[in-house]
Amino acid sequence: MAKRIDVSGLSAYYGAHKAIDDISMTVEPRSVTAFIGPSGCGKSTFLRTLNRMHEVTPGGRVEGKVMLDDENLYGTNVDPVAVRRTVGMVFQRPNPFPTMSIFDNVAAGLRLNGNYKKSQLNDIVEKSLKGANLWNEVKDRLNKPGSGLSGGQQQRLCIARAIAVEPDVLLMDEPCSALDPISTLAIEDLIGELKERFTIVIVTHNMQQAARVSDRTAFFNLAAVGQPGKLIELDDTERIFSNPSVQATEDYISGRFG
Amino acid sequence: MSHAIQDRPLSVAPRRGTLSHARLPRWTPAAVAAGSVLAGVGTGLAAGWHSKVQWGLISALLFVLVTYALTTKVEGSRQAKDRVATSLVWVCFVLAVVPLLSLAWVTVSKGLAVLDGYFLTHSMNGVLDAEAGGGIYHALLGTVEQVGIATLIAAPIGLLTAVYLVEYGGGKLAQAVTFFVDVMTGIPSIVAGLFVLTTWNLTLGFGPSGFAGAMALAILMMPVVVRSTEEMLKLVPNELREASLALGIPKWRTILKVVLPTAIGGITTGVMLAVARITGETAPVLLLVFGTKLINPNPFEGAQSSLPLYVYEQYAVGTDAAVARAWAAALVLIAFVMILNLVARGIARWKAPKTGR
Ligand SMILES: Nc1ncnc2c1ncn2[C@@H]1O[C@H](COP(=O)(O)OP(=O)(O)O)[C@@H](O)[C@H]1O
Ligand SMILES: [Mg+2]
Repeated sequence: MAKRIDVSGLSAYYGAHKAIDDISMTVEPRSVTAFIGPSGCGKSTFLRTLNRMHEVTPGGRVEGKVMLDDENLYGTNVDPVAVRRTVGMVFQRPNPFPTMSIFDNVAAGLRLNGNYKKSQLNDIVEKSLKGANLWNEVKDRLNKPGSGLSGGQQQRLCIARAIAVEPDVLLMDEPCSALDPISTLAIEDLIGELKERFTIVIVTHNMQQAARVSDRTAFFNLAAVGQPGKLIELDDTERIFSNPSVQATEDYISGRFG
Repeated sequence: MSHAIQDRPLSVAPRRGTLSHARLPRWTPAAVAAGSVLAGVGTGLAAGWHSKVQWGLISALLFVLVTYALTTKVEGSRQAKDRVATSLVWVCFVLAVVPLLSLAWVTVSKGLAVLDGYFLTHSMNGVLDAEAGGGIYHALLGTVEQVGIATLIAAPIGLLTAVYLVEYGGGKLAQAVTFFVDVMTGIPSIVAGLFVLTTWNLTLGFGPSGFAGAMALAILMMPVVVRSTEEMLKLVPNELREASLALGIPKWRTILKVVLPTAIGGITTGVMLAVARITGETAPVLLLVFGTKLINPNPFEGAQSSLPLYVYEQYAVGTDAAVARAWAAALVLIAFVMILNLVARGIARWKAPKTGR
């Protein structure tokens, strides 16, 4: 079940350093929202506040509200572990578990959470690998280590691993930046299919990619190095790339800075 | 027309560009080494020097000097420096290996004299120190039990301490623990023995036993396990922890199912090396286990023996038969440690994260 994310007044800190300042936005369900902006403007940090991974970093601290439909992720009594089961994440560098086979990698989330029926496991693994467009490439070697796959396959394995636990939202932090153009295309196609089922947020440095895969685009910027990053504007991708309402966005997209 | 080039007589030197230069043939270092050793031995024999160390030093010196001179003449000064550095590395390697090999050789040649099935399966019960016969069964049993108990105590505590330091630490407590672990690493074994002796034996009133020795050995082993496990856990990429946490896997399960399995090969090696280290400890065993000629299978009651202690005792007796037993026991001790090492390597290789396709 894809869910709507509603962020209001969100700031995040690393110790005393404020990395993002007072961000408010709405992410629609069953859509792809892209985050663009110069390096260090806090895209990754903001993304990680959406599944409470930010606080895993030593000194990481968050102020503000993130509503997932009608539940505040930062409310009292909210269990971060439960949040992360609902909001999945794919990282910049593919990171399959090196001690586990391809099958075990995909099954890891279910197995280690302990909430699954043995009989379903095979089906879920197959469904997730198919969902990640990887099934045909690995179905004959499910028991081989996941680290033996190519970079692009590993990244799709990580996507399969993330969707196997049936999250409502999928966060992707520059999922293609370590991949070649062919693998990138495979993942972009995959994102197009996944948005039927999930709410997707993707950070990307590649404007064409943002234009290709996303329905809405958010532009982040920072006043100066060391200053906290801010959300400049969020609009339909078409509008952002053709006729943005803020000058800085247009400058960034047309390559005049950043 | 490659024929034409190949058919040229060798005496016509090929025209050299600026990138190529004269090279010594590949067998030069080996030849120089052989020549130097011959010259060293010859000089030694001729001068009637008794000490083989002098022969070796002359050979090594000749090797380095001749290499330098020859290379300077043929290849130039930069290559000469390169060759001298390589030669020095080789000389140091030989210097390190010679004592090791000679130790192994002496132990094996002297130890094999009395080492047989009887020796391994009998104690010293009823055998006079001066006479031949007897065996090390009691000592072997004692070593296995004491080291086993010490490992059972030290490995879990050390492992959990390391997990705490790497995965949960960061505050004042972690700093204090790290400090004390560092201090413990430097404790001389006799002090660990005295500590157990004063608390367990003198204050609490227990007699000597294998268990008392095992406690002292555990004290010596623990910091080694903590240190090596800590290093291994730090090698596990943070990305794996984050990948696991992001799947909604609780932290403790992440550590148990992702972090520890990734590091298990190195951790096992570390524990095994710590075991190997304490297996050879004599001082605390001497104080706490006391030594006996009889088989005592109960580590919790009464004196036991152990291999290093047995070697020490037999060597102290000094008769030919006793010294032969000491060498044989030393050989068994070395073999025991070596087998542990091989097992550790095997486990590390078997458990290491697989990268193959
Ligand atoms: N682990 C960290 N500890 C301290 N500061 C960090 C850490 N990660 C990121 N930052 C800081 O937070 C700011 C935003 O970083 P990040 O979210 O990674 O930017 P982006 O993903 O947009 O390139 C930067 O100023 C960066 O230096
Ligand atoms: Mg980033």
